[in-house]
Amino acid sequence: MKTMAPSDTVAHQSSTAATTAGSLSGWWVVVLGWLFPGMGYFAQRKWVRGALVFICVVGMFVLGLALSGQLYGFNTGDLLAILGWVGDICAGVLYFITRSVGGGAAVAHNVMGDYGTTMMISAGLLNILAASDARDVFLGLKK
Amino acid sequence: MSISHLTAVVLFALFASVVFGITLREELREQVRYGCIAFAWFLGGTVAAGWILYFLNPH
Repeated sequence: MKTMAPSDTVAHQSSTAATTAGSLSGWWVVVLGWLFPGMGYFAQRKWVRGALVFICVVGMFVLGLALSGQLYGFNTGDLLAILGWVGDICAGVLYFITRSVGGGAAVAHNVMGDYGTTMMISAGLLNILAASDARDVFLGLKK
Repeated sequence: MSISHLTAVVLFALFASVVFGITLREELREQVRYGCIAFAWFLGGTVAAGWILYFLNPH
């Protein structure tokens, strides 16, 4: 039977404690990263990653807006529209600002509108992916 | 604003690949490599799908 050395036991216990505490406290990184693209990395002084995520998420969202994409509002009618809203709202403040100024209204005659709608949803999904990755970095689960 | 379909695809692939590389790999070298592969798959997949659709309905 394999036994742990005392130093291993202490290291294991402190690692478990850090993970438990981190699993609770790490959510602020997700919320920060969700609201402000790249901020989850900036808060951990990961400047390059944060800047790249910011550029990509904001760039894709703005490009979607420029292509006359549709920004979904909260609704309970169409399942696809609900999923679209979930994707859109993952963009954080970009979604709230755009909604507040009345942006994101679909333009029926623009053939690139569907591209724009897809890009805005994708921007939100990329943002939430980066926010959850920032939490992993915060917890030490990833470099 | 109006851009070509190819430009839209390239920009989409670029943005998505960068975030994929950052989030799905750890080392810088792996991140760059994965980002490039993802970019190539995005573009290659789109072009391949376009040709498939063309042969399905050439008119």
